[in-house]
Amino acid sequence: MIRAVDLTLTISGHTILNKVSVDVPKNKVTALIGPNGAGKSTLLHTIARLTKQDSGQVLLDNRSITDFENKELARHMSILRQDSAIGSRLKVRDLVSFGRYPHNQGRHSASDDLVVDKVLVDFELDALAERFLDTLSGGQRQRALLAMNFAQDAEAILLDEPLNNLDLSHARQLMHTVKHYVGRGKTFVVVLHDLNYAARYADHIIAMKQGEVFAAGDTSSIFNEGLLSDLYETPIEIVKVNGLPMALSY
Amino acid sequence: MIASLNVLQPYKCYMAVFLLLLFSFASLFVGVIELTPASLWSDPEAAWLLAASRLPRVLSVLLTGTSLAIAGLVMQVLVQNRFVEPATAGSGQSAVLGIILVTLFIPGASLMTKMGLASVTALLGTGLFLLIVRRLPVQETYLVPLVGIVYGGVVGAVATWLAWQADLIQLIDIWLTGEFSGMIRGRYDFLWIAGALAVFSYFLADQFTIASLGEDQARNLGLNYNVMMAIGLVLVSIVTAVTVVTVGVIPFIGLIVPNIVSRWRGDNLRHSLPLVAYSGAMLTLLCDVVGRVVIFPYEVPVGSVFGVVGAFITLWLLYSSPSAKRA
Amino acid sequence: MIYLNFLKRFRVLTLTVFVITLCLVYLWQGADGSTQFILMFRLPTLIGLIIAAAAIGVSTLLFQTLSGNRILTPSLMGFDSLYVLLQTSMIFFFSTLDYVTLSVHWKFFGELALMTVLSVLLFSTLLVRLQSDFSRMILTGIIFGVLFRSVSGFMTRVMSPNEYAVVQASSYARFSNINEALLGYASVIVIVCLVLVYLISRKLDVMALGRDMAIGLGVNYNMTAFQVLTIIAVMVATATALVGPVVFLGLLITSLVYRVSATQRHASLLPLSVLLGVLVLVGGQVLLERVLQMQVTLSIVIELCGGLVFLYLILRQKR
Repeated sequence: MIRAVDLTLTISGHTILNKVSVDVPKNKVTALIGPNGAGKSTLLHTIARLTKQDSGQVLLDNRSITDFENKELARHMSILRQDSAIGSRLKVRDLVSFGRYPHNQGRHSASDDLVVDKVLVDFELDALAERFLDTLSGGQRQRALLAMNFAQDAEAILLDEPLNNLDLSHARQLMHTVKHYVGRGKTFVVVLHDLNYAARYADHIIAMKQGEVFAAGDTSSIFNEGLLSDLYETPIEIVKVNGLPMALSY
Repeated sequence: MIASLNVLQPYKCYMAVFLLLLFSFASLFVGVIELTPASLWSDPEAAWLLAASRLPRVLSVLLTGTSLAIAGLVMQVLVQNRFVEPATAGSGQSAVLGIILVTLFIPGASLMTKMGLASVTALLGTGLFLLIVRRLPVQETYLVPLVGIVYGGVVGAVATWLAWQADLIQLIDIWLTGEFSGMIRGRYDFLWIAGALAVFSYFLADQFTIASLGEDQARNLGLNYNVMMAIGLVLVSIVTAVTVVTVGVIPFIGLIVPNIVSRWRGDNLRHSLPLVAYSGAMLTLLCDVVGRVVIFPYEVPVGSVFGVVGAFITLWLLYSSPSAKRA
Repeated sequence: MIYLNFLKRFRVLTLTVFVITLCLVYLWQGADGSTQFILMFRLPTLIGLIIAAAAIGVSTLLFQTLSGNRILTPSLMGFDSLYVLLQTSMIFFFSTLDYVTLSVHWKFFGELALMTVLSVLLFSTLLVRLQSDFSRMILTGIIFGVLFRSVSGFMTRVMSPNEYAVVQASSYARFSNINEALLGYASVIVIVCLVLVYLISRKLDVMALGRDMAIGLGVNYNMTAFQVLTIIAVMVATATALVGPVVFLGLLITSLVYRVSATQRHASLLPLSVLLGVLVLVGGQVLLERVLQMQVTLSIVIELCGGLVFLYLILRQKR
């Protein structure tokens, strides 16, 4: 589905991405893991064309993303950034509705409203729909941003640490929603810091370290004590709980 | 525009329009030469006065108020800062610089040429300011107006320097204070451009709202962010230039009107833009009447009235919110 | 290289020598008449320039120490518009005749007192109460500036042309014809202020760390801030009465001071502010009047350069 080939990016002498090549399988959840500063967010931004790489290219369905027209790309791929501070005083429903912009250029049809309503319910925002964003808590605002992203209805959805600010219950629910959307044909790339969420919900894992791909493969192949300990340079133990691998570090 | 006030109940909307018409009508009959609705039928002089002086004045007040409020709103959206406005963007000083340059180099230029060239320099000046501001960090709210004032000071110093050489110093004060008393037939035509741009901005309301979410978010939604920035910049610069050249600098309209509407109705421009346009016109109309009545038969320029009224409203806006960043 | 090192190590000394030379050049350059006559004519102006430069430079430095910000100056916070408003309203309420016939000395002390009280009131509210909310503090200062200017504008509208001319004359900076009658008082006031500031220079070093830190280190913050503000107000009022309002001179001086100074200690920053202030003002005057023989006033050039320095500082530090 998404393929990055030899992505390289240097910013003022620091190599942020060094010949990164990854394959994101279609209709799966791919988790992007790795220590701080590994280049995960940058990789995501480069894939979504928010940051321009020095060399290498990104292919979406075997077509270079530079060939896509802006709105066309927005219909195929959406990204949730880590720090989406929104200064505008918008209502939740207004914000989520803007997710439909690549499809309707601001002219809302009944079908757009249906999508918006459904996403609002998926993220338990229907009761908050008429509230202004600046009156919401951090977690509620995060959910509103997620909802806007899902309303965009792109085939590939990139989420940069979507669990930030979410409580345990909403974090779990988000991952279930992600799974649910995979069932409807979507492909996800999610930056996760909690390895156990990756273990439980990801089909495929890309581990990054110091701007390079450290390891990539299906979840069971990455969940390996030696590999993870090397990745984070800290002892990590893997235990099985109810048949699922859990990474422990203490 | 009227139809899109529909976020309010229809009767409120009609009330609002009725009030604006009523005030505009009333303001036609405020002035040194006595003019009453009755005298229009009997006295040909009265009809002439209305057409040549009073009507142009009310029209220019409405056009200026509307377009400056909208320019302020668009500017705030583009630089994601609630405290910018056209009056503190060096536009006034740039226009004065233009006028002085024309006077120096094309002494016999017609009024239209002067205005046209001053609009060009104001456009360049405002554009440069917006480019500078885009390089400032979004979080440091206070920097933008501060930079605006200093920037205006620098351009003003260049203008004063040239004016000194040409003995035109006294011109500067006159051009920098917004005033409607000179608005007679044939003097305010440029303002229609500003009015047209204000209407045009409504068709881009959604795009501007998306741009206000920030560059990355806008690009994620497939908006051509740079094109939007360019359109907004040109729109703001032209409106500012045209109003400065015809009326002068009026502080605070572009600041307080969008801020008040934002508190009340939020920032979805599709809903808030018509209200901003309306409130801008109404507030300017009121301030203009106040300026004409308060030391009758003399007149206080509307720029000074706004300086006082606007300062208090802005202080109120600043202190009634928990923190300046959210004001 | 050795020479440069020498200059660096003894920068205050070098600068002092340079500034004194400059002052002498100012006094004697191009003089072909009797020396005594020229001294009588130029010496008061020179003293006036030195006093104004010292007052503006040091007060800006103090203001930046108090606000913890290196781009703020008293004039950016509305101080100058307050001065112009005061001038305008005096003429407005007393009429020209009273104003002109009023003794120069009484006028000076009246203005000084009023200006000090008003600005201490204004700035103590701004700086002390709003220290935690920087944006709000600066925006308030800016709004006050516009407010004062608009009220002055309001008043000038109702004035007779005569009154207006008096207002105009007192609201522009002038460096070439300094009010000699005030020179004695002004010198004494500014020198006293400078001595007082120098005495508390160690405390100022602690104040520069910010309110919380200063209180933590046992400084009576509010008391000291009040004292420093009063000194700032007195110095700015004196300088303004002497040469009229100058917006960017202080900023120009302090940005040079921070660049030249080897330490952040006020014991070194304070004398440097005085020296560099004189350098800019007297040096600028010599350069413009005598070397380039330009007709433009120094104040315009200073406004221009100071403004450009400000923009440069902001764009460089905030990338």
